[in-house]
Amino acid sequence: MAVTLTIDGRAFQVEAGDNLLHACLSLGFNLPYFCWHPALGSVGACRQCAVKQFRDAGDHAGRLVMACMTPVADGMHLSIEDGEAKSFRASVIEWLMTNHPHDCPVCPEGGECHLQDMTVMTGHVRRRYRFHKRTFRNQYLGPFVAHEMNRCIACYRCVRFYRDYAGGQDFDVFASHRYVYFGRAEDGRLENEFSGNLVEICPTGVFTDKPLGRLYARKWDMAGAPSVCVHCGLGCNVTVNARAGHLRRLLNRYHHQINGYFLCDRGRFGHGFADLPERIRQPLRQSHPLTRDATLRHLAGILPAAKPIGIGSPRASLEANFALRQLVGPDRFHLGLAAEEQRLLSLIIDILQKGPAPAATLADAEQADAVLVLGEDLPNTAPRLALALRQATRRQAFAIAGRLGIPSWLDNAVRDAAQQEKSPLFIATLDATRLDNLATAVFRLPDMEVARLGYAIAQAIDDDAPKVSDGSAEFLSQAQVVAQALAEAQRPLIVAGTSSGSRAVIEAAANLAWALCRRGRAAQLSMVVPECDSLGLALMGGGNLAEAFAAVDAGAVDTFIVLENDLYRRAERSAVDACLNRLRHLLVIDHSSHQTAARAEIFLPAADFAESDGTLVNNEGRAQRFFSVRPPSGGIQESWRWLRDMAAVRHEGEPLPWRQLDDVTAACAKALPGLSDITNAAPGAGFRIAGAKIPRQPQRYSGRTALHADRTMHEPKPAEDPDTPLAYSMEGAATKPPPSLIPFVWAPAWNSVQAINKFQQEVGGPLRGGPAGSLLIHRSRQARRTYLGEVPRPFAPRRGRWWIEPLYAIFGSEELSRMSAPIAEILTSPTVALPPADAARLGITEGALVELRLGGEIRRMPATLHPALPPGTGGLLAGTPESIGLILPGWGEIKACEGTP
Amino acid sequence: MYSLLKTLWLIFLHLFHRRETIEYPERKAYLAPRWRGRIILSRDPDGEERCVACYLCAVACPVDCIALQKGELPGGRWYPEYFRINFSRCIFCGYCEDACPTYAIQLTPDFEMSEYDRRNLVYEKEDLLISGVGKYPGYSFYRVAGLAIPGKDKGQAENEEPPFDPKTLLP
Repeated sequence: MAVTLTIDGRAFQVEAGDNLLHACLSLGFNLPYFCWHPALGSVGACRQCAVKQFRDAGDHAGRLVMACMTPVADGMHLSIEDGEAKSFRASVIEWLMTNHPHDCPVCPEGGECHLQDMTVMTGHVRRRYRFHKRTFRNQYLGPFVAHEMNRCIACYRCVRFYRDYAGGQDFDVFASHRYVYFGRAEDGRLENEFSGNLVEICPTGVFTDKPLGRLYARKWDMAGAPSVCVHCGLGCNVTVNARAGHLRRLLNRYHHQINGYFLCDRGRFGHGFADLPERIRQPLRQSHPLTRDATLRHLAGILPAAKPIGIGSPRASLEANFALRQLVGPDRFHLGLAAEEQRLLSLIIDILQKGPAPAATLADAEQADAVLVLGEDLPNTAPRLALALRQATRRQAFAIAGRLGIPSWLDNAVRDAAQQEKSPLFIATLDATRLDNLATAVFRLPDMEVARLGYAIAQAIDDDAPKVSDGSAEFLSQAQVVAQALAEAQRPLIVAGTSSGSRAVIEAAANLAWALCRRGRAAQLSMVVPECDSLGLALMGGGNLAEAFAAVDAGAVDTFIVLENDLYRRAERSAVDACLNRLRHLLVIDHSSHQTAARAEIFLPAADFAESDGTLVNNEGRAQRFFSVRPPSGGIQESWRWLRDMAAVRHEGEPLPWRQLDDVTAACAKALPGLSDITNAAPGAGFRIAGAKIPRQPQRYSGRTALHADRTMHEPKPAEDPDTPLAYSMEGAATKPPPSLIPFVWAPAWNSVQAINKFQQEVGGPLRGGPAGSLLIHRSRQARRTYLGEVPRPFAPRRGRWWIEPLYAIFGSEELSRMSAPIAEILTSPTVALPPADAARLGITEGALVELRLGGEIRRMPATLHPALPPGTGGLLAGTPESIGLILPGWGEIKACEGTP
Repeated sequence: MYSLLKTLWLIFLHLFHRRETIEYPERKAYLAPRWRGRIILSRDPDGEERCVACYLCAVACPVDCIALQKGELPGGRWYPEYFRINFSRCIFCGYCEDACPTYAIQLTPDFEMSEYDRRNLVYEKEDLLISGVGKYPGYSFYRVAGLAIPGKDKGQAENEEPPFDPKTLLP
């Protein structure tokens, strides 16, 4: 309901129920604040947002109120510009600054500091306080976040985010009054996987980006580009920053339906793989560097006589994959996925397209009032979704507060009213997860039992669902409890995914969501996929790796063109070795080096996500464009350009007539009906604002005439960018670009990341200028599917064998981020996880060396005892050099062996 | 006619005035210490580089002729890994000196910088750094600022209390 609010004599229409600060900022006023955050709500701690409230139009005395703590009421009269309010705000800043350490020049926050912005905004300039400043010692907080406690203004945002929002336990506020200290009980790495957000949430320089500090540049000196995180399947929006050809940092880029204000640490600090010193920047032939022309000559010698197939990649853009598909032909294009993974992804697409339950965005997940997680260790496989589910458990709190008439933004009051009340969250996984402490109930089950639980719950909700006939009474009564909680909810959410590698789990999740839909609930599904373009690749369609290997065995194929993919991560080592040994030519296009690349006859250096542009499809089927922040250097070229060049030297078939990315995107959209909307993911290269491109560099980008002066006096022309509407320059459109093209956030008087307020339609709402990205999966309206699949047989432990499932770690399981220096610093060596009782029977103690036989492979590594694991099961950290090449899940033999780990 | 003669007369009188021009380069004019000529980087009273690589000079420069990269010494002191001024672009406006929070960058009364090769006008840190304090004796940024560096711990900067122990039970 809209109400009328009069601010400094002007009348505005605002939404009732908001607080005044939210309303004033949404209307575009510059009102200073510190402790308030749109995602955290109001606590009224800093007293900075004072405004004058008047009884009516005739009242001129008025009284000071804190805007963030005062709800909007109809006919309210306020003044922001009132003299008393202004001097109050200036005084508050002056008090906050009494202890500030006079170190802005050596503070990494300088230039994008909310405290600097607010100080300038209130007009406080001169220190009058003559007494001493309190000081603190800093703590070591790990490789991600640097600590400088003297700069603190005690706004409490960090603890409110870290503890209340992200559920961290190892960080708190200590001591009292002017000595409050924000840190850990003792030095050590911040354990929460969202610690990097402290860098953005802190209004000043207490928490700063440590990897950025190693190669520091100010915000105004870094070019930015809108990008999409490549380290999991959720498609969080990020801003990449670069200067002088080096990737400097990655920031959150607001998207109201996906990541909102927050990123996980894997996304924020995983970009280091792009600037490794050992990165290959020249084409290689048998490990010897080649020039581009010589490479193309070699390719011209190889390709015409070759019988190639193309191996695509779920971590390459749709455009790169499509270019490969066009080069080799649709029937010779293989997705580069194991057969099982491809089947799972196709199943997910089928479920989302044809079933009645839609895919949930992360914002939807936050609004779910009952959640069931089937078989996904979310804090490790899809961390940002785990953070969203954390917020979902607060729906109950908001409901209680709503009944008491407490507005949802009044944070402390909502928490006090709700106490420990939480919305239902059920988790069924093999091993313990970091969300367990929020869960109403947890179930520790191997994957087939997880699926059976899903089936049993669906059966309890809808009688037509497949029956679990052989379940124990206890099992069925557990299912009944979950079913009741889900059926009572208005917007239940079912989460499942590919990580346990089980088709039955995904089918059970779909059945369950559909059963809830039949009961009239607005049930939603969140399907977790492993990589940034997994779903896009599955939508594209093609053969799988097993078929590719079979074609080599049959002699129909003698050449692999592998695009941004390490085959050793996708199949058994012996199978890959056997296949690669039979090939005549192995051509690899990638930005990072790996075992497959090491065996390549010709290696073509590809541009990484920060040097190329393309489209990725996230787990809800949303196509999003990522943009380069620096042009490719050396011999590096975008994958699709390498493939186009290969088509040109092949002498048979059509050359690929593409000059810019838009040509590839358009050709892809035309050739593949399922991808026809990818052209709408972002404006094309021809997009202009008032005839101008959008500058990647801020207006105050410095050093233009000196940066290259050590090499040449002739100032180089900025690189051309034919593929995007962005320019590698500080010149161009001065107005705000549409959401999918925002290279950095800045607004007059707002230099910090909080300038995002000025880009939103309403604070915390959608960005101005239309949607970013386009949904590819459209649910058919009359979807009324019959239930899927059949109930799997119960888990039967085997003598002397263990059902080994993949376990995941946020740091270490993902291929690219584990190469990044700050993440490589904290990787742990992988272990075989065993239930303590089983380990005791085998005479295995914690840390003892064990031998694992799985499929045809043997691995030796230390054992760890996980009390949560059910008997007869085990776990192995997936995606590490020690575990790749093993097909998980599977039955493995484990025995103690001699030697030290 | 009168004004013509008067003009001739006045100009004739100039023969006996003191001359304003001097025989440069044999004789040199006096330039005030605040004259804006060749830029130098100074050192603090302890002999350490004053520049803390804050990038404020670079951003203030209207012709963008200053480029640097921040580095960090063990112990936390910031310094420029490289510091480059392209004098072929410099307009000697002095904004960099104005912006400098540590008095590191200073303009000097030296302007004799002509070169035959433009490349020689690119000054690196070694060319810019002098061994003295320049125009501002006595000032050391790190003595004022709260950042701890080797030899100056937390609580030892100007107007600072000794570091507080957050684990103490005393109020």
